[in-house]
Amino acid sequence: MIKVEHLTKRYGNFTAVNDLSFEIEEGHVYGFLGPNGAGKSTTMNIMTGCLSATEGHVRIGGHDIFDEPDKAKKLMGYLPEQPPLYMNETPLEYLKFVGEAKGIKGRELAGQIKTVVERTRLEDVQNRLISKLSKGYRQRVGIAQALLGNPGVIILDEPTVGLDPIQIIEIRDLIKQLGQEHTVILSSHILSEVQAICEKVLIIVRGKLAAFDEPGNLEKLLTASNTVSFVAEAKVWEIEEILQEIEAVSDWQIKNPEDGRVRVDVRIDSGEANDICRSIFLAFAEKKRALLELTKKGANLEDVFIELTEGESEVAD
Amino acid sequence: MTAVFKHELSNYFHSLTTYIFGAFLLAFVGIGAMIYNIQQAVANFEYVLGFVSLVFVVIVPVLTMRVIAEERKQKTDQLLYSLPITTTQVVTGKYLALLVIYLIPLCIVAIYPLIFAKYGEVYLITSYGSIAAFFIMGAALIAMGTFISSLTENQGFAAGIGIAVMLLNYYSVSLAEHVSATAFGSAAALCVLGLVLGAVIRFMTKNENLTYAVTLGLLVTVGIVYFTDSTVFEGLLPKLMTQLSLFERFYKFVNGVFDLTAIIYYLTVIAFFLFLSVQSLEKRRYN
Repeated sequence: MIKVEHLTKRYGNFTAVNDLSFEIEEGHVYGFLGPNGAGKSTTMNIMTGCLSATEGHVRIGGHDIFDEPDKAKKLMGYLPEQPPLYMNETPLEYLKFVGEAKGIKGRELAGQIKTVVERTRLEDVQNRLISKLSKGYRQRVGIAQALLGNPGVIILDEPTVGLDPIQIIEIRDLIKQLGQEHTVILSSHILSEVQAICEKVLIIVRGKLAAFDEPGNLEKLLTASNTVSFVAEAKVWEIEEILQEIEAVSDWQIKNPEDGRVRVDVRIDSGEANDICRSIFLAFAEKKRALLELTKKGANLEDVFIELTEGESEVAD
Repeated sequence: MTAVFKHELSNYFHSLTTYIFGAFLLAFVGIGAMIYNIQQAVANFEYVLGFVSLVFVVIVPVLTMRVIAEERKQKTDQLLYSLPITTTQVVTGKYLALLVIYLIPLCIVAIYPLIFAKYGEVYLITSYGSIAAFFIMGAALIAMGTFISSLTENQGFAAGIGIAVMLLNYYSVSLAEHVSATAFGSAAALCVLGLVLGAVIRFMTKNENLTYAVTLGLLVTVGIVYFTDSTVFEGLLPKLMTQLSLFERFYKFVNGVFDLTAIIYYLTVIAFFLFLSVQSLEKRRYN
């Protein structure tokens, strides 16, 4: 569906995207993951024809975005990071313009607008000025715009940034629904979001593709940085005594030792997190000390990045 | 293109500046008609248009300031880039919408000579000839304003630069009488112009090699021509300033001459600035 080959984008001496190649197949939700400034938006802008590339090719359904922009652009809908909305219009007027610009006419356009308004649940606000809408609704208008023309690929750049938690959940649900009929590519710097929505994840670090995998496998990329955190109702010396007896545990940090409730972070250097949790639980139970909380701190994006970028620099050395 | 055109047009009808533009144009034509045609009892409507042309210096930049700058500010230019339409279509659509907005008050103005003709002898051919020329000159200024708007995302800045540039163009003939007509003066002025052009190219393309190549090329050409035959430059600068003035050419129409070279000059200016606007939009894809 989408083929990106050796994509490079330089701004003067700064390389925003560096020899990026990947292929996106039809019918999945893909996530672009990367810290701010990693080149996610630049890549998306190039893929949608908003930006030129210094080198490389992007093909959408066999059409090169630089050579046949018209055909390629008709196959995708794009929502940039900041929804490109005309504030002095209503969603209906706005969608009418976008639809006409996409070459949809007359009754067909009216039908499509009706469908996308229903799908993005904009019925209640369709005749209000966009400037009066909340950020969540504006985001939906942006998504509705991308859906016009029924493109095979929907590209969303950070679709949940700046929304409140309820709006985030609503937009995520909407994206999941879209994923059933379209190929969706979204970018995010929040790992949990990508884990929740995406079936495949591309991690971009400093303009390079660092990993391309399913989210479950990505967690396994983290070999050494998992921690188990617990809150125990015990004195600090008691905790230290108990932990010393557990073989797999060697490195821990004790926080806020007041109140008789102590939080401890245990670093897992080897072994399965579940085994360590079990040993900790049993050891405390044996000494009749209560655990008020026991959590595995899962993959954290920063750790993934530290891991991946460290790997990169090692290769470079 | 039709989508952009319709969209722009409906936008203009919702915007106050459009009505201000029309109201000012009509008001000044009205004042002009009162002074020349009614109080002084002159039967030539073209004098009125000659009088009004100065108003363009202010109202055209105010009309055109938002045309592309606003898209950049609202980040809606990203939408235009991602839609299956070319930047040429975007610029043409926007420009045609501006022409329609400009044409509406002009249609009302076009009735005035007919009204005057009811009460006396009006030479309608020169009246309508100059209205046509007035339209094309305004269209050239609007193309200029469109280009200036494409350079920035700040509407106020676009309007300010637009007024400055058009005022300079308006007064360039009067200024031409005061600038040096010597060969050295003209050559020096051309060198300065070359440097300014270089700065503009640098600002627009951010390409240093191109900037140096163009600027050096211009300077060297001026130098070579100056040292081989310096008479070429004698009186060149004042002549150039007179030639470039859009307004000066319009006064020929006011004086009753339908000057085809002027029409072609206006059309060239329109094509040139629309081309530059397209390039300016296209360039943002590359920076």
